[in-house]
Amino acid sequence: MSDTIGFILNDREVEAASHPATPLLDYIRGEAGLCGTKIGCREGDCGACAVLVGSLEEGEVCYRAMTSCLTPLGNAAGKHVVTVEGLNREELNPVQEAIVTEGGVQCGFCTPGFVVSLAGFCLGDAEPTPAAGVAAMDGNICRCTGYKSLERAAARIAGLLARRDDGDRLSWLTAQGFLPDYFPGIPARLTDLERRHERPSPPAAACFLGGGTDLMVQKPDDLPGLDVALLFPREDLRDISMENGRCLVGAGVTAEMMREDPLLTGLFPGMDGYMRLVASTPIRHMATIGGNLVNASPIGDMTIMFLALDAELALQSPAGERRLPLRRFYHGYKRLDKGPDELLTALRFEPPGATVRFNFEKVSKRTHLDIASVNSAILVEAQDGRIVRAGISAGGVAPIPLFLEKASGWLAGRPLCADTVREAADRAMVEASPIDDVRGSAEYKRLLLRQLIYAHFLTLFPEEVDPEALL
Amino acid sequence: MKNIDAHAHVRGESVYVDDIPERRDTLHGAVFASPLAHGVIKRLDVAPALACPGVVAVLTAADVPGQNQIGNIIQDEPLFAEDQVHFQGQPLALVLAERETQARRAVKEIRVELEPLPIIVDPRVARAQGELIIPPRTFLLGDPDKAFAHCAHVFEGRADTGGQEHLYIETQGAYAWPVEKGGVRVVSSTQGPTVVQRAAARVLDLPMHLVEISVQRLGGGFGGKEDQATAWAVMAALGALRLKRSVKIALHREDDLRMTGKRHPYSSDFKIGLDEDLKILAYEATFHQDAGAAADLSPAVMERTLFHASNSYFIPNLRATAYSCRTNLPPNTAFRGFGGPQGMFVIEAAIARAAEALGVPARLIQERNLLDEGSEFPYGQRTEQCQARVAWHDALARYDLARIEEEAARFNRENRLFKKGLALMPICFGIAFTKKHLNQAGALVHVYSDGSVGVSTGAVEMGQGVNTKLCQTACAVFSIGEARVKMEAADTTRVANTSPTAASAAADLNGKALEKACRSILGRLQKAAVQILGVGDKAEVALRDERVWVDGQPTDLTWPALVEAAYLARVNLSAHAHYATPAIWFDTTREKGEPFAYHVYGTAILEATVDCVRGTYVFDSVKLVHDFGKSMNPYIDRGQTEGGLIQGIGWMTCEEVAYDAEGRLLANALSTYKVPDIQAAPKTVDVHFLEAPGSKAAIFRSKAIGEPPLMYGIGAYFAVRNAIRAFNPESDLPFSAPITPEKTLLALYGAREARRASEAIAGAAASG
Repeated sequence: MSDTIGFILNDREVEAASHPATPLLDYIRGEAGLCGTKIGCREGDCGACAVLVGSLEEGEVCYRAMTSCLTPLGNAAGKHVVTVEGLNREELNPVQEAIVTEGGVQCGFCTPGFVVSLAGFCLGDAEPTPAAGVAAMDGNICRCTGYKSLERAAARIAGLLARRDDGDRLSWLTAQGFLPDYFPGIPARLTDLERRHERPSPPAAACFLGGGTDLMVQKPDDLPGLDVALLFPREDLRDISMENGRCLVGAGVTAEMMREDPLLTGLFPGMDGYMRLVASTPIRHMATIGGNLVNASPIGDMTIMFLALDAELALQSPAGERRLPLRRFYHGYKRLDKGPDELLTALRFEPPGATVRFNFEKVSKRTHLDIASVNSAILVEAQDGRIVRAGISAGGVAPIPLFLEKASGWLAGRPLCADTVREAADRAMVEASPIDDVRGSAEYKRLLLRQLIYAHFLTLFPEEVDPEALL
Repeated sequence: MKNIDAHAHVRGESVYVDDIPERRDTLHGAVFASPLAHGVIKRLDVAPALACPGVVAVLTAADVPGQNQIGNIIQDEPLFAEDQVHFQGQPLALVLAERETQARRAVKEIRVELEPLPIIVDPRVARAQGELIIPPRTFLLGDPDKAFAHCAHVFEGRADTGGQEHLYIETQGAYAWPVEKGGVRVVSSTQGPTVVQRAAARVLDLPMHLVEISVQRLGGGFGGKEDQATAWAVMAALGALRLKRSVKIALHREDDLRMTGKRHPYSSDFKIGLDEDLKILAYEATFHQDAGAAADLSPAVMERTLFHASNSYFIPNLRATAYSCRTNLPPNTAFRGFGGPQGMFVIEAAIARAAEALGVPARLIQERNLLDEGSEFPYGQRTEQCQARVAWHDALARYDLARIEEEAARFNRENRLFKKGLALMPICFGIAFTKKHLNQAGALVHVYSDGSVGVSTGAVEMGQGVNTKLCQTACAVFSIGEARVKMEAADTTRVANTSPTAASAAADLNGKALEKACRSILGRLQKAAVQILGVGDKAEVALRDERVWVDGQPTDLTWPALVEAAYLARVNLSAHAHYATPAIWFDTTREKGEPFAYHVYGTAILEATVDCVRGTYVFDSVKLVHDFGKSMNPYIDRGQTEGGLIQGIGWMTCEEVAYDAEGRLLANALSTYKVPDIQAAPKTVDVHFLEAPGSKAAIFRSKAIGEPPLMYGIGAYFAVRNAIRAFNPESDLPFSAPITPEKTLLALYGAREARRASEAIAGAAASG
């Protein structure tokens, strides 16, 4: 096991001797002296520190934007980390040119982050449309421009990418000047790097650290003093598959994997929309399901989805594996049924059948890139105008992510109509115990819970539930 | 001309304070601040911090060699709290350590014992208790008391606007090091180099010439670094002089949010009187400005609220009174619009109140009362080349308001779950510092012997493009290409006694000074050209496209050759010039005068769609016509317009600065304080440049642009309000911005209904 963390930073192979929980941002600006990557918030909310992280996957390098402030340095091991300097050529590249041409630059402080995010758009799998270009910037805050110029730049870039050769994307992008000349050599260099670096195995009693999007915000000063076990590199936690008729999702699966995975999007046609409400592109690239569940936030978005799905958790410890329903995982605010040496490895749930519908709703102060005031998910099976069974969960209305047991149970066997929805929502409001905080007053959260339950049914059963009768 | 920094910005090569290569002897500072909003300091124990690894010193008020005082307008703000603390986040000590993480860890070890004092967080409470920063001021026109008696309709109400965090993405910071002769050099992220210089000199007990302040650029300012950059720069300078080492302070975001002031919240009362024809005959407003715990710029901000109390309207009988109320919050400060937006929200609310009560569209009242040529403002000045009606009618026609209204009405008839709302927002904004002495600027120009040019002014580049406009100015006077001109950092050793880059006036003031400096060099060069070319004194010598022209014909004498020859002929190729805006004055004893060099006008049409199930909203479009004068740079001006607009929309919608009753900031991180992201921007933003003459007081007749567009954003509140009322005409929503999704949902369904539901539920829960 080597003590250093080896990766390729732009065109240069580096061996970092810092603690694996050091923010990648601090290594980039401090040790490497690359100051194009900016410090804006250190909590993944502004994107000024965005970098691309390239991973070797089946012989190809997949690049994902991440916020380097929350990326543990250890998660960079074996990767290609690209900062704005690593995108520079002698002349401006087409992304930079488009931003300058359209006036997408004012004070310049957020600009490198936007350049990196748009480079991620060029390198990624999204269709080269203006909307996808805008979506790639959903994790970047600009306080100066008002974004319209950046939208125009994205449209310009999307136009240039229309002719992209997706057979050999790296070579095409390099030939067209989007990337400097060293890029096509990266896959071979990463392969070589992988061969030379053994993955360090986690020490026995350690603090588990996944994508960093919660722990690196909560304990930035403490983590570098702890023995951490890095979970993000573990491929064995990233499985999404069917297993004996149940759907298995590894705890290391990221939010972005959930959004893109064909199995999950097949089961849940609305998944893309839900996950876009969950977090920004760079955070979705980092945040894991396991982290979301274990963080035990009462408003964890993915937690709320899996509560409605009645997922079962698998917890691994030296003593063996233990399974328990997610609905019994939380005992109080940030208190959960998990020993310090237990690692959440996977979730299993019954895939929704043909008569089952699922929906997720979230309202926050800002629609995107924000934490919910209230979120809610529903799984409902209906046949012949009647509800067979239903499961509704809600976040932000209790000390724990709440499964609305009573309201859900009451719905079974009821006719599918506005009156039923109204009464179920009233019952849910009784079950909820929200508090006043920065995300809203208790009064508001209660009302919002009712409205989100209305929204579930208006979305899932537009024919059966009459809005005039409901509102 | 594109933004001259854009090339370096997109490559990540521009240098901000925290990017300056670190000097070997650098110490890093972290600030210990008060955990209580009001109290008497009984004991401050910094010893545990001193014992921490890497800590070199902890500085407190006891370490200040001069006056422990950084207040600008009024000297009521200590650098470090001494006897009492007056807000949560007030600095008490500065820890200096070898590494930043060490300094931050050591801060947590400092202990302070405080004896709590009563906390005020409401400006109305402060006024009731006589806690005022300055005596109240009143602007008066006509006789409102008499006029109200003759009004067919009179309406009263209350209108509140919240604070706004600047959220410059570059946090506050400074880097200081000792220089010879006991002096100090500070690179500061400030909009006011001279403000910092004066404060540092006072605190350090040094003459100003030993305190050098330099500003390359800011990663955003918006007013938040006009006065509030001072503390950190002075602390860094103090540390540098005490320890004879370089000291860097770059605030962490949470510290920046907690320790610095924001846009002033206002709580106001209005009374509006109209005749049968919707002419506003009388208007009365009382403004309670939440100044926070110290004066900062609050008196000047309050004054601008009064100047803009009637926005874009002529109201013959008006009384506006403002109170600057001292509370136990961080001292609130400049923010784009500088009190103007707060005043304008109230008159727009009064008009909306009248329109709703009378059942007419607000735009009828707005249009009926727009300023005309020669209309008198409440402060005595009269409009000149007034564009209020021109911009209004142009917007209505250009964007076909009738069709927009018709389509929105149809949409609302056909949809139950979504409703559209429209608002028109005319603006009128006065350009000048309202403190007369600040309306001056200096510029220093060097033409080097190879024809390259260095320009120094007091203007601070913070993204608004002032340096681009100044570069254009030099290029235009000399008729040379952009590549020949370099904009130097704003540095007090090159240009002294500068006004802060604020009030939208930096391009005008510094541009005029620069134009003068360039013209004096140009005059010398023209004389030199006469000599060099041997043409007669009567010849008309001009510079055009980097070449000397004589009597309208090009010569072989190019710019570099001319400069080189002039140098050899011992011509002075440097110039300093000074500009002071002519003809402006204001008499505060009568509250009358001509305070503004000119006014900027425009009208925006905003359209919002509210999701009536979820209580959320989107902005479909903002279409506006703006009076840029003769825009010297549409690229920059469009950017300022779009950026200001969306910042204004943020203030009215998702940006909520929340404090609790203890004066603790609740929205204390970017996870809780939400500014617009790319998906919150209106889907369409159309900006039309009005054909307008501009003003002689504006640089090349290109009117000031920094602040005015923010105020179009005020329309966002009214667009959402109108959509809510389309769903629920009985809605009792208050005139209270920001109109967050919470307020929207409660208004859609009525706060009373929500309370009833809560009570019923509590009852049900109690009965099991």
